[in-house]
Amino acid sequence: MKYSIRLRGRPLAVASAIGAAALATALLVAPSSGASLRPARTPGVSKHQIVLGVTTPLSGPAAPGYDEIAPATNAVFSYVNAHGGIYGRKIKYIIKNDQYDPTLTVQYTRALVQNDHIFADLGGLGTPTQTSVQAYLNQHHVPQVFVESGCACWSKPKQYPYTFGWQPNYIVEGKILGAYIKAHYGRKRVGYLYQNDEFGQDGVKGLNREIPHRQVVATQNYEATPQGLGAGLGSQIAALQSAGAQVVALYTIPAATALALLAAAELHYHPLWVVSSVGSDPPTLTGLLSSFSKGKAGASLLDGMVTNAYLPPETFARNPWNKLAKGILRRYDPHFRWDGNSEYGFALGVTAVEALQKAGKNLTVKSFLNALERYGKSLPNPGLVPLTYSRVDHYGYSGSEVVKILRDGKLIKVLTPREITTLRGPIRVYTGGFNKIPAQFKK
Amino acid sequence: MSRADRLPGAERLKGLQGQPLAWHIALGIVAAAVLYLVTSSVSLYDNTIISEIAWYAIAIAGLSVLTGVSGQISLGHGAFMAVGAYGAGLMMEHFRLPLIVPILVGIAVATVLGAVVGLPATRLRGPYLAGVTLALALAAQDLPTKFSSLFNGDTGIIVNQATPPGGVNPERWLAWISLFGAIVTMIVLANFMKSRYGRALKAVRDDDIAAQASGLNPNRMRVLAFALAAGTAGLSGGLFALWSGIVNPNSFSLFLSIQLLAGMVIGGAGSLVGAWWGALALVYVPQWTNSVTSHFSSVSAITANVQGAIFGLLIIVVMMAAPTGIQGWLSGGYRRLRRGRSRTELEPVLPLDLDLSSTSTAPERTRP
Amino acid sequence: MTLFIDLTLNGLTYGLIYAAVALGLVLIWRATRVINFAQGALATLTTYVAATLLDRSLNYWVAFAVALAAGLIFGALTERVFMRPLYGKPELNPVVVTIGLLILVESVAGAIWGSTDRGLTPAFSQLGLTVGHTYLDFSSFDIFILVSVLVLMGLMLVLFRWTSLGLKMRASAFAPEVARLLGVRVGRLLTVGWALATFAGALAGVLVAPLLLLSPNMMDPVLVYGFAAAVLGGLDSPVGALVGGVLTGLGISYIGGYLGSSMETVGAAVLLVVVLSIRPEGLFAAAKARRV
Repeated sequence: MKYSIRLRGRPLAVASAIGAAALATALLVAPSSGASLRPARTPGVSKHQIVLGVTTPLSGPAAPGYDEIAPATNAVFSYVNAHGGIYGRKIKYIIKNDQYDPTLTVQYTRALVQNDHIFADLGGLGTPTQTSVQAYLNQHHVPQVFVESGCACWSKPKQYPYTFGWQPNYIVEGKILGAYIKAHYGRKRVGYLYQNDEFGQDGVKGLNREIPHRQVVATQNYEATPQGLGAGLGSQIAALQSAGAQVVALYTIPAATALALLAAAELHYHPLWVVSSVGSDPPTLTGLLSSFSKGKAGASLLDGMVTNAYLPPETFARNPWNKLAKGILRRYDPHFRWDGNSEYGFALGVTAVEALQKAGKNLTVKSFLNALERYGKSLPNPGLVPLTYSRVDHYGYSGSEVVKILRDGKLIKVLTPREITTLRGPIRVYTGGFNKIPAQFKK
Repeated sequence: MSRADRLPGAERLKGLQGQPLAWHIALGIVAAAVLYLVTSSVSLYDNTIISEIAWYAIAIAGLSVLTGVSGQISLGHGAFMAVGAYGAGLMMEHFRLPLIVPILVGIAVATVLGAVVGLPATRLRGPYLAGVTLALALAAQDLPTKFSSLFNGDTGIIVNQATPPGGVNPERWLAWISLFGAIVTMIVLANFMKSRYGRALKAVRDDDIAAQASGLNPNRMRVLAFALAAGTAGLSGGLFALWSGIVNPNSFSLFLSIQLLAGMVIGGAGSLVGAWWGALALVYVPQWTNSVTSHFSSVSAITANVQGAIFGLLIIVVMMAAPTGIQGWLSGGYRRLRRGRSRTELEPVLPLDLDLSSTSTAPERTRP
Repeated sequence: MTLFIDLTLNGLTYGLIYAAVALGLVLIWRATRVINFAQGALATLTTYVAATLLDRSLNYWVAFAVALAAGLIFGALTERVFMRPLYGKPELNPVVVTIGLLILVESVAGAIWGSTDRGLTPAFSQLGLTVGHTYLDFSSFDIFILVSVLVLMGLMLVLFRWTSLGLKMRASAFAPEVARLLGVRVGRLLTVGWALATFAGALAGVLVAPLLLLSPNMMDPVLVYGFAAAVLGGLDSPVGALVGGVLTGLGISYIGGYLGSSMETVGAAVLLVVVLSIRPEGLFAAAKARRV
């Protein structure tokens, strides 16, 4: 061989070769006793503590807004801990910053499971990030609960019995908004602007199930990568305007909603905006738009925008849940801001506490999952509609209410009572009542 | 003078030196025991980390050959990893084949793409090439959503874990596979750099006119370097697919490419050992900062950003304190130590290292 | 037709901002042969300075001036503290230091101001102007962008062509050794070069923030497009920066409007490859004989 390995002057090659041989040998004498996947005791549960973990973006391009969620959830746990915990157990919530990077999600989730021995991964954020660890968590029998995404992929109870979603499925949301458009604006020309990923594409699927194809005159999108908004949304909005869309459905994140509104305002283009709950939070949008046009516009750009809500809009100051949330967050989350994100984190924390409570004094993974599947629909939480949880469904909220945002940022209901649906089934009206605040939170 | 001369008991080993194979087997058995002990004594989580370090090191090593030895800059190396990961992932999804086949397919696809990208590289220099590779990285991230039916959009392809032979823990098994891949890579790259081609590449980098005059074809050499680095990244991507269990575009952002470049320079451009230092930094810095900050009772803007700040600072400090990277600094220290001890003038030895001396070129301020 | 006009105006607005970023990159490349990846992050920092002052309800023009001045200072500091020790070291090192600086500065911005995005009050109205009965995708603020980027370009032109400082800077970029022999203090001029470049970036930051919302990562995509623009135009040519920026802006706007967003980056990549395979050093590369 011309380039055979010689020792002299080529120590690396030698070391590498040795390593290779080492591995080959190691493979031959592979140990027969692999450690079992899980210890007999329930991990993360001791007499005085329940350890939960989460990976979520706290910095980087995906962090804006989302970085408020996990701290708000943690504030609920701090409140509960200060009031005796759950059957005497205090909740420890380990928050890891994955920056919305699936590689970090994988690494940190394994650290949470194998080093921190968490009982459950609670409120992991994002579709690409959480699908990266779905198989892993299920293999290790760690509940992956209240995943912060509306992907249809969370509800596969046979394949992934340990996974439970949190948000209404994006298709379900799209169907409800689509039905509203069809019912009220059946003769208008409709345009779509969506984020070109699972979230936006599923939303459009839902819209298309209700809105007749011929009614849709233009479809525009932007990429979900950081680059996607680097040139604003001016060209997309111009295209929608030139196609003559009178109603524009947005499946966008809040920053993109704001950019779309800015671009439209510049063009004096004022269609009826119908925005998914993901991108319509009024306090967030008002904040983003407040400086528009030397501060003269702001909330007025939102005037008349239609959106859906599965949690009581945070502008409903008299809603008892909102009062409770503000009280707890103000006390236990030092950096709290009252908006859709902190409310979201609060609702998730409350639901987790109620589910743990229902799982009983003798908390195991099994009792926890059973509690979710048996009592999931009736767990007290701020939601306007029940969660879907059952043996066959692991989606989050089953539907939502359609509301209209007024000039002052307040919301009014435009489609009451609340609508619930499934992926394939028809849209039904939910007539059940609001959830009462449980005793746990009345102290 | 070889290093074995100065080791205790070297005399007996010296006899083996004449028979490289026997020598390797003898040392191999000893090292095998060490490796076996390491992977089985550390926790399963540490095995996961070992795998991660291995695939980072592979990608960085390839980039190191490209940038450190051939002098070409790739700002889109993550794209080649993506190609390898998707190639391997799609094979694993659709066919039940021995693991090695999808991995090789991933390498092959990435190599071909590397050669194609290498073609403009024959004309472009420095930042112009960086610009093209950067555009490639951005485009690569958008393609899976464009061709959603094949790549399953941004949800990505689920990759089943490698099934270990009876009783071996999956984490440990993956660590072995990844280390094996890494070591093969190191052998191949080390031999390549010592080979005729490697020397030719360096000649082309230092002066392509002179190289041309001595009968080399600089363009062909550049394409070769690109293909090799891309193929290496392809392997890294395939192992990444196994490691993460899923291939989706979000894993291969521009930031990954930038991290690889930073890892390479932190470790030492042009050094294969340096690739390992770089990989260690990429894995442990965020991990360490996160474990510190995740135990603070409340999340604030400050705790959330400590991770990035420390990573950025580390890059700056290493570059300023050790311009030839960690490996360059270590071998420099080793040399100083040796010189002090033996008080004899030794030939400059870069143990376990490749030629670094010629990577230092003064910034070219004059126009050609 | 209205769509075409709107897309053109929209592309022009963004293109001018990319041009300002590209100009900053070109200035530094000419002087020190470094691609400054921290340029965007530094611009974010100066824009946050402006935003903080505006929050204290200071006059817009005061905040504007302070942000630009901060750009000059940050640029000079970067050169003195981080770049100077690295001249003569492996040529990739300063580039990687700017990457480290990018990550560090964005994290510092995130730590101080949080990662939530926010708006920035523009100097003028962002409502589109009317011509006859049609609205244009061009507002008073867009005119301000156009004017200020052109003024910036003009100032640089005057500086380099007709002032002795500019002459010295060009001399030290062309032939540092000769310049030094002629008594030019090359080191000081490099600092000035970095300061001016970061000044250009700071302008881009203040101009783009009302369009894209301000967050620690705001400039990431802008820097990428600005870099593409600089490469397209030719890294040695300020005029190339302007042309490259406008071309990039227009290209992205047309592709986004006519072909859909998923073609934006692919289109940009194709454009770059095509242009560079015809002119390997950009559109405005200095004419020179290829060495054989």
